[in-house]
Amino acid sequence: MLTRCLRGRARRFIVGILRHAALTPFSLLFLLPLVWMISTSFKSDRQVLVFPPVWIPNPIEWSNYPEALTGLVPFLSYTKNTVTICVFTMLGALLSNTVIAYGFSRLHWPGRDILFLAVLGTMMMPYQVTMIPLFLVFNRLGWINTFRPLTVPAFFGNAFFIFLLRQFMMGIPRDLTDAAYIDGASDIQQLVRIIIPLCKPVLATVTLFQFLWSWNDFLGPLIYLNEARKYTIAVGLAMFEGGYGLTRIAQLMAASTVTTLPIIILFFFTQRTFIQGIALTGLKG
Amino acid sequence: MRQYIRDNEVSEREIRVSATMPGHARWKEFKRLGKGLLFISPWLIGFLAFGLYPFLGSAYYSLTSYSVLSASRFVGLRNYQELFFEDKLFWISLYNTLYFTLFSVTLGTVWAIGLASLLNLKNVKGIAVYRTTYYLPSIVPLVAASVVWLWLFNPQYGIINTFLHYMGVPTIGWFTDPLWAKPAFVIMSLWGIGGAILIYLAGLQDVPQELYEAAALDGASGLQRFWHVTIPMVSPVILFNVIISLIGSFQYFTQAYVITSGGPADSTLFYSLYLYNNAFSYYRMGYASALAWILFLMVQVTTLLVLRTSARRVYYGGA
Repeated sequence: MLTRCLRGRARRFIVGILRHAALTPFSLLFLLPLVWMISTSFKSDRQVLVFPPVWIPNPIEWSNYPEALTGLVPFLSYTKNTVTICVFTMLGALLSNTVIAYGFSRLHWPGRDILFLAVLGTMMMPYQVTMIPLFLVFNRLGWINTFRPLTVPAFFGNAFFIFLLRQFMMGIPRDLTDAAYIDGASDIQQLVRIIIPLCKPVLATVTLFQFLWSWNDFLGPLIYLNEARKYTIAVGLAMFEGGYGLTRIAQLMAASTVTTLPIIILFFFTQRTFIQGIALTGLKG
Repeated sequence: MRQYIRDNEVSEREIRVSATMPGHARWKEFKRLGKGLLFISPWLIGFLAFGLYPFLGSAYYSLTSYSVLSASRFVGLRNYQELFFEDKLFWISLYNTLYFTLFSVTLGTVWAIGLASLLNLKNVKGIAVYRTTYYLPSIVPLVAASVVWLWLFNPQYGIINTFLHYMGVPTIGWFTDPLWAKPAFVIMSLWGIGGAILIYLAGLQDVPQELYEAAALDGASGLQRFWHVTIPMVSPVILFNVIISLIGSFQYFTQAYVITSGGPADSTLFYSLYLYNNAFSYYRMGYASALAWILFLMVQVTTLLVLRTSARRVYYGGA
């Protein structure tokens, strides 16, 4: 009896080890590029090109960071630009999509579901198809080299977010708003007092993904911002790579780390929201 | 009638009122429509201004010669004619994109399902840590990821070639070699696939445990269970992911722009990169619009084809 029990436990132990042995190499594979990025960002220029590569920098070169942030390219002002764009788009996404989703879920009107299909249809539209006429319009409005082409569209809803919020609002029981309706609450009051507080988790997902999109967006800022002081960090980093990429590798990696780290920190604080958002909609971060 | 009421969740009181006062009912219906449109008006305006107008606009521009600096000139199908019969780069970029799509989507699907299955193993302590590390690369900003991979793939100093060197593999040029540049992009795409892994993982966790138990009782081996239970049950998720990644790879741009700008010898001139170059480097807006419309049609046709050919293989009975 005892031996069988032990054998069972031993077996489980070995299976456990094997499972870890299968899972761990992939973790290393996924982490290695990031580890290399951070490690290189602390290397001296001479140690960067040492063969075979050194994993732990010696000496640790802290000066790569100030040099990358203020010296070669104005990374701090790129960050400020990016944060500005992010704040406006997050605000726009929250304001517009809640109201739109309310109209598509809690109100009943003829043609609603057909229009909702049109919303879903726009998800199939590649950005490149609308890119050129939009550029020409913004050009005519004199919006080139401003943040407006990047922020204003966020105030007019986004198909993914409308879909996400609508699905959630559909699931809120009618009784909850009926009571308020009988008490004479208007739609706006119902939305603000009842629906929005219940939608908090989804609104967190919306905010988070909008932030990620704006932070990572490259093509948009590349097209619309053509003056160096207006650049976002994504464009700034690409220009840095194009200009000094071959010689200032350590500084380049310091800049890459600065671009990446806020996202990773954010991820660790909001993992639940992240995973929920992805599992719910298949959104890609 | 009952069904109608339930579907629209109109209270019975309202229906009674509308039955006795048709004029009043129509007015109410009209008011409801107005209110609905009012609430969705931001989307409606955005759709017309940032969706429908540019969509039709690019169809029109594709029939013109337009360089922003001078007025647009109608040229009929001249742009399309040039693309199909005179422009070698168009065909090269199309080939590059299809090559990348084929390998990144098929390998990516197998890779993501495989890793999701690993993450779905039961009774592993610290599985959340593994999940996090698999997912992490997918949130790294594309430009930063590109800059890092450019150096990982460096023929002389990159750690990838260093590792291959230890294995006795001769130096590979990666992004500097027309033969290896596209595979390098494919490998890079497998790194940032965390989103798909999590979607597959969610799909795997939704497979009812009883099905596995029943299959095991019938004497199915692990591999048979995977092939005959898991794959059919997650087939809608596979379909969804394949379509999303197809559309994504047709639009592949940022990494190629940052790392190779289309080189060496146009071997990584992907479709969207060529489109961008035409529009914003050569200012051939009309020509680029024609490229955009061909892209649009390709995406639609491919999606339709995938949906058609998969119709009999995808299992939707779960719900």
